[in-house]
Amino acid sequence: MSKIKNQAISPDHINYLKKVRRTKLSILFTQIIIAVLFFLLWEVLARYKVIDPFITSQPTRVIKTLVNLYNEGNLLRHIGVTCLETIIGFVLGTIVGTGLAIVLWWSEFLAKVSEPYLVVLNSLPKIALAPIFIVWIGAGATAIIVMALAISLIVTVLEVLNGFLAVDQEKIKLVKTFGADKRQVLTKVVLPSAFPVIVNALKINVGLSWVGVIVGEFLVSKAGIGYLIVYGGQVFQLDLVMTSVLILAVAAAVMYQGVVYVEKVLIKNNTHSH
Amino acid sequence: MRNIVEVHKLGMKYQSLNGEINAVENIEFSVAEGEFVSIVGPSGCGKSTLLSMISGLLVPTSGEIRINGRTVNGTSEEVGYMLQKDHLFDWRTIKENVLLGLEIRNRMTPENKEYVYNLLKTYGLYEFKDKYPGQLSGGMRQRAALIRTLAVKPEILLLDEAFSALDYQTRLAVTEDIYSIIKKENKTAILVTHDIAESISMADRVIVLTKRPAVIKSIHEIRLSCENRTPLCSREAPEFRIYFNEIWKELDVHVEN
Repeated sequence: MSKIKNQAISPDHINYLKKVRRTKLSILFTQIIIAVLFFLLWEVLARYKVIDPFITSQPTRVIKTLVNLYNEGNLLRHIGVTCLETIIGFVLGTIVGTGLAIVLWWSEFLAKVSEPYLVVLNSLPKIALAPIFIVWIGAGATAIIVMALAISLIVTVLEVLNGFLAVDQEKIKLVKTFGADKRQVLTKVVLPSAFPVIVNALKINVGLSWVGVIVGEFLVSKAGIGYLIVYGGQVFQLDLVMTSVLILAVAAAVMYQGVVYVEKVLIKNNTHSH
Repeated sequence: MRNIVEVHKLGMKYQSLNGEINAVENIEFSVAEGEFVSIVGPSGCGKSTLLSMISGLLVPTSGEIRINGRTVNGTSEEVGYMLQKDHLFDWRTIKENVLLGLEIRNRMTPENKEYVYNLLKTYGLYEFKDKYPGQLSGGMRQRAALIRTLAVKPEILLLDEAFSALDYQTRLAVTEDIYSIIKKENKTAILVTHDIAESISMADRVIVLTKRPAVIKSIHEIRLSCENRTPLCSREAPEFRIYFNEIWKELDVHVEN
């Protein structure tokens, strides 16, 4: 190591660094070009009536719709409603799922008994349960959150439980030699060891919760991005549909990056190794 | 000298769906206070089972173990256990790692903490107390693991292949280090290993076990002509090779065709 440090940077190395930088820049450049071309092509084709803007909409009309929505004071409300439902859905899914995983870790008997039920529930497309939730809970935000929860819960339980069971048995033996009881094994070893798995479950749950919330909003809501999409579809306002889908794409990407960032911070504080 | 550990007619049978496994049978030995005893045997012969029973983690199916005259019944503070790897927790600082035992036993008094900090100071780890295990070398990690065990003031240390996860050179150095700490702290120790040289280099007595079910084949008093006994110096003593060959023959190791 020290050899490399003491050496003056060789021209070869400078060339290498330049090349790496150039590759990175050209990737970014290509990515931007693709997006710009896509929207440009969309706009031009719609403007010259190659495609019918009534059913495909077009970027300028999307921007107009966006401004209108904003001026009506509804844009932020719709985004807020959907984001809030999603956040509640995935946080609840992670907390309740981890709680259930703890119960199943604690009692091997319960884990064995519940295994076939978990398998069935895991393979069932949870969207099929939506009408049942609506009848039971009523058409409202609660039913939407329950839908999001239903989609993410079982996956979380299985994922986190597997994380718990993968904890090094020798680590558990170590705390047992100090006389640790089951609760201490859980809090001193199993939970902190499986912490990265739990955070990862959070990441998966964001995506699943979006599915649950949008499906829920399709079926029952009076506000939210899913509502805008369905409403736009019903009144044949494709401008509204396209605008909402684009908002959804941005919101989902931002939230996902947010969770990735939280994960980075948490895992960094949690491991410190290397 | 007083016998601190007494193992009497000890046996262990594991039950499984495929039948009964007789791991350990009729083991009888004792360890005097301050003594260092090594137990060698072929891999998978039940050595670790034996240690687990002495530590109270595993209940024997026959016989009994007495420590300080009392029958072992569950884990106790008299016995400290060192595992194959250091198993320091990545999410805890060195200080939090070495205090783990006190924390679990609910004995985080200022005096006990002070005792642990003094151990860290004595063995050169105090300035690393706020570092994380990933930032320490293998040897220092092993030392931290030993301090974690010593923190609850055990009288007996059980070393379960405690050095075998390390590469050969590190292992020699760590063995030297840990041995000197054990002697300095005046602890009784039982080392389980499959490494004949390692067992002789540290021990006052070597107990040789047979293949499963493990029974005692022989016990060797190790008397080496070196002035200050350390594992490295032991390896250079003229008698070392003789003991080695004796135990080697008894272990009867061969490659099966």
